[in-house]
Amino acid sequence: MNQTTILSQKANANDLADSFIGRKIKDRVFLGVVILLSLLTISMVLLIIGTLIFKGHHQINWAFFTQTAPNTFDAMMAKSSGQLIPGGIVNGITGSLYLVFIASLIAIPFGVLIGIYVYENQQSKYAGFLRDTADVLQGVPSIVIGLIAYLWVVVHVTHGYSVLAGSVALAIMMLPLIMRSTEESLKMIPDTLKEAAMALGTPYYKVIWRVLIPTSFSGLMTGILLAISRILGETAPLMLTTLGNPEITWNITKPISAVPLLIWQFYNDPNMVDLIWSSTLFLMGFVLILNMLSKWIAAKRKI
Amino acid sequence: MQQFGWKFLISSEWNPTQGDEHYGALLFIVGTLMTSVLALLIAIPLAFSTSLFVAEYFKGTRVASIVSTLVDLLAGIPSIIFGLWGFYILRPFIVSMGLSPQGYGIFTSGLILAIMIIPYATSLSNTTISMVPNELKEAAYSLGATQLEVIWNVILPNARSGITASYILAFGRALGETLAVTMLIGNSNIMPTSIFSTGNTMSSVIANQFGEASGLQLSALIEIGLLLFVITTIINAIGKFIIKKFA
Repeated sequence: MNQTTILSQKANANDLADSFIGRKIKDRVFLGVVILLSLLTISMVLLIIGTLIFKGHHQINWAFFTQTAPNTFDAMMAKSSGQLIPGGIVNGITGSLYLVFIASLIAIPFGVLIGIYVYENQQSKYAGFLRDTADVLQGVPSIVIGLIAYLWVVVHVTHGYSVLAGSVALAIMMLPLIMRSTEESLKMIPDTLKEAAMALGTPYYKVIWRVLIPTSFSGLMTGILLAISRILGETAPLMLTTLGNPEITWNITKPISAVPLLIWQFYNDPNMVDLIWSSTLFLMGFVLILNMLSKWIAAKRKI
Repeated sequence: MQQFGWKFLISSEWNPTQGDEHYGALLFIVGTLMTSVLALLIAIPLAFSTSLFVAEYFKGTRVASIVSTLVDLLAGIPSIIFGLWGFYILRPFIVSMGLSPQGYGIFTSGLILAIMIIPYATSLSNTTISMVPNELKEAAYSLGATQLEVIWNVILPNARSGITASYILAFGRALGETLAVTMLIGNSNIMPTSIFSTGNTMSSVIANQFGEASGLQLSALIEIGLLLFVITTIINAIGKFIIKKFA
């Protein structure tokens, strides 16, 4: 050991002894900063939710859930005479539900089946490939998925903006979420359960259908609800695929509206500004309730 | 789609006028990178503090679970709501601070993006921080280290890869965000000169111009989409790679 290192060690020891109070102070200051910044983060959440409730609650009434969105002229008339804007967002609500329903119809069977396959063939190359693909898919920006659905469905299948195109876009977004959550919840099942069924001579498909799926059902539900809550608020892909529609429609090849799309329209129309907050409040409430419901199911299962 | 060649990447001209069409994506690539990097820079201290709060200082307490639930809620809020909130609450605030005349621009979008990506940045770092073995921490404490020194010398080196990966994944999120940015960035096709100037990102230009685009412009927009896909996939792959390598 040469002179300098010994010296520097001595200096270090002196520093440590001298600055004990300094270290304590540093420690406290850092804790203070951490608490402060954490509080800043939470206050953002509370601020956002609070703003929506504060600004949105007075437009929420019966008509809000039973009437279709007003046109600009009606909204302008009501605004100039100081009344609440007539009409509601029922075309958006039905549209959103319809889109999510069809998207689920596409994504849930595929997602669950692929999830089961990946779980059953952990080691196979193909399963690993599927898993990586799902990871990639999950990272794709939603607007790119909208573009793809536009190119596939709007251009080639329905030749125009349509429910189907929107549902395909949303289904692509749901697929990796459902697949991964299926796999994860199947992993939680004890192997012995499966082995017991196998030992009784149960055919393979029956093991999956009667043992794997029922035991992991709450896990599947969590994944599905979480995926739905994720896509309910998606706007960007719908702008490129379903366009919006002032009326309620059930035709799968026609354009349809959705709550986030309506919000986007209200935002672009100065006369409708008042409707924004109530629609946003509704959307956020809906999404957060689904979100919490899924977490609640997940938490209940763990016990 | 590739009819524009490599010039598409480096040209900063975007002119959809018929007969005089020029398409280059550089403007939007720069805009996207600026907003996302800014968002990451703002989000990192917030997310890191929140992670420490939840996973170290107040680990296992009721306060920690409330904080982590609230941050999780943030992940559930749709992007359009962030956009509206940014437009009606944050933008006037920035105007009143005198940072920019209209309140639109890269800074505003970066700020709202930062709030949006905090939950993605925290969730993974929470797990890695709380997974640092207790024995290591106790050993450091027994040598007389303060809590800050334990965090700095024990927790950080051990959880570094997980934390880095989670920030990279959050960055990937920020790159692809569309609506919140579209509503706040000002949508002007100029090269941003400072963080307070307006601009356009790859996703916002698609959202804005897709409705009336046709022909060459449509192809250009779709190529931007492709570009965005490639960039986000690379970023995500890097993040996943780090997780896998150090798991």
